[in-house]
Amino acid sequence: MSTAERDQGRETGQDEVRQIYDPVADTPSRYRRSPPEANPPLDYPPYKSTQTRHPKQPLVYLPHTVTEITGPQLQQAVRLAPTDSDLTVQHGGEPIGERIIVSGHVYDTEGKPLRGTLVEIWQANAAGRYAHRWDRWAAPLDPNFTGAGRCETDANGRYEFTTIRPGPYPWGNHYNAWRPAHIHFSVLGRAFTQRLVTQMYFPDDPFFPYDPIFNSVRDERARRRMISTFNIHETRPNWAQAFNWDIYLRGPAATPFEEAF
Amino acid sequence: MIFEVTPSQTVGPYFAIGMPYEGGHLIVPEGTPGAITITGTVYDGRGEVIPDHLIEFWQPDGDGRFVDVHGYGERSTLDGFRGFGRYGVEDGDGTYRMLTVKPGRVPGPGAGALQAPHIDVTLFARGMLNRVVTRIYFADEAEANAADAVLQTVPAARRHTLLAQPVDGGYRFDIHLQGADETVFFDL
Ligand SMILES: [Fe+2]
Repeated sequence: MSTAERDQGRETGQDEVRQIYDPVADTPSRYRRSPPEANPPLDYPPYKSTQTRHPKQPLVYLPHTVTEITGPQLQQAVRLAPTDSDLTVQHGGEPIGERIIVSGHVYDTEGKPLRGTLVEIWQANAAGRYAHRWDRWAAPLDPNFTGAGRCETDANGRYEFTTIRPGPYPWGNHYNAWRPAHIHFSVLGRAFTQRLVTQMYFPDDPFFPYDPIFNSVRDERARRRMISTFNIHETRPNWAQAFNWDIYLRGPAATPFEEAF
Repeated sequence: MIFEVTPSQTVGPYFAIGMPYEGGHLIVPEGTPGAITITGTVYDGRGEVIPDHLIEFWQPDGDGRFVDVHGYGERSTLDGFRGFGRYGVEDGDGTYRMLTVKPGRVPGPGAGALQAPHIDVTLFARGMLNRVVTRIYFADEAEANAADAVLQTVPAARRHTLLAQPVDGGYRFDIHLQGADETVFFDL
């Protein structure tokens, strides 16, 4: 859908392209298997830690049974609070950095929004430092920033966080290695099969060409799906910049014949 | 129109900032009758423990019922049953621990078939660009295991890597990412 179409949908208050997932009727019996180039390989030598952490034996085909097409909802378990989605109000004072609003929708590959699904994020502060005791590089911690947030998607599958734009940071993979700025995302989806952990990047990051984690996704169009877009229309005047990022989880298999078992 | 999925990226070394939550390992509440502990250690290709891993379980209750919120199947009535556990041991010894009940049998694959008791497992870690998925079966369910359609597709010499071994108070299930006892991982 083009931006114009989306804007028009907004103006009329309708969205005729998207259809909301019906929890029961739309429970697929099988999920679509992504083409191999859609995800990074587990064995990717430029990212050195993969060397001893990837299976060497072939994966065994798992048919989608009831265990794989069902899934948890954790809103009760994590005791979701409204302030969980605003990472700038979790301490006594304002964190330092560029205030940003990161929002988007969680869809399946048919374009149906997933409502009520848990979205979890964690990230470095504006200086590129994580509030984690293993992160010891020479950038300052921010006493007003932890860098963790949670929310659930609304009835339209939309999530929104207010946070601080994270800085890039160095790491030990190779000489002078830097990660492009990113926010870690975890999405439960509605089925075990849809579980996703990934990273959201920012437009035009100069570190993209040099980062083996970003480039582990070999297909250029697939890489682009990890990059958010700046949206002037959603910036809040005198308050915050805005970035949009939609997340696509696996959807139903096209036909019952796609996965004969 | 079919959209392509958002690619996976590694969970990285710092997930403990955001991912663990209190009681994440409690798939059933403490004190649940018949509760068992499933524990295990995760090893890399050098045989060294992976201290910074994040592991998740998904399973039905002892009657084979899920707490699938979207209404699939008959819902579990076990008090406080979550069906889901998450354990992130970023400063641990590479050993996870979940409190749960032994899952019951569930249907599939195909009409009329029943599966052996099993738990679906997701493992994330730094150095892994995507999750790996495995299944825990139970060594003391020989008869059900022998008839399980999924287990039968696993090469016989590797099946033992999917069997949790009975120990005091529950079961032990270690995960080896590589090596002679490399755990069977599934293409989901
Ligand atoms: Fe990171």
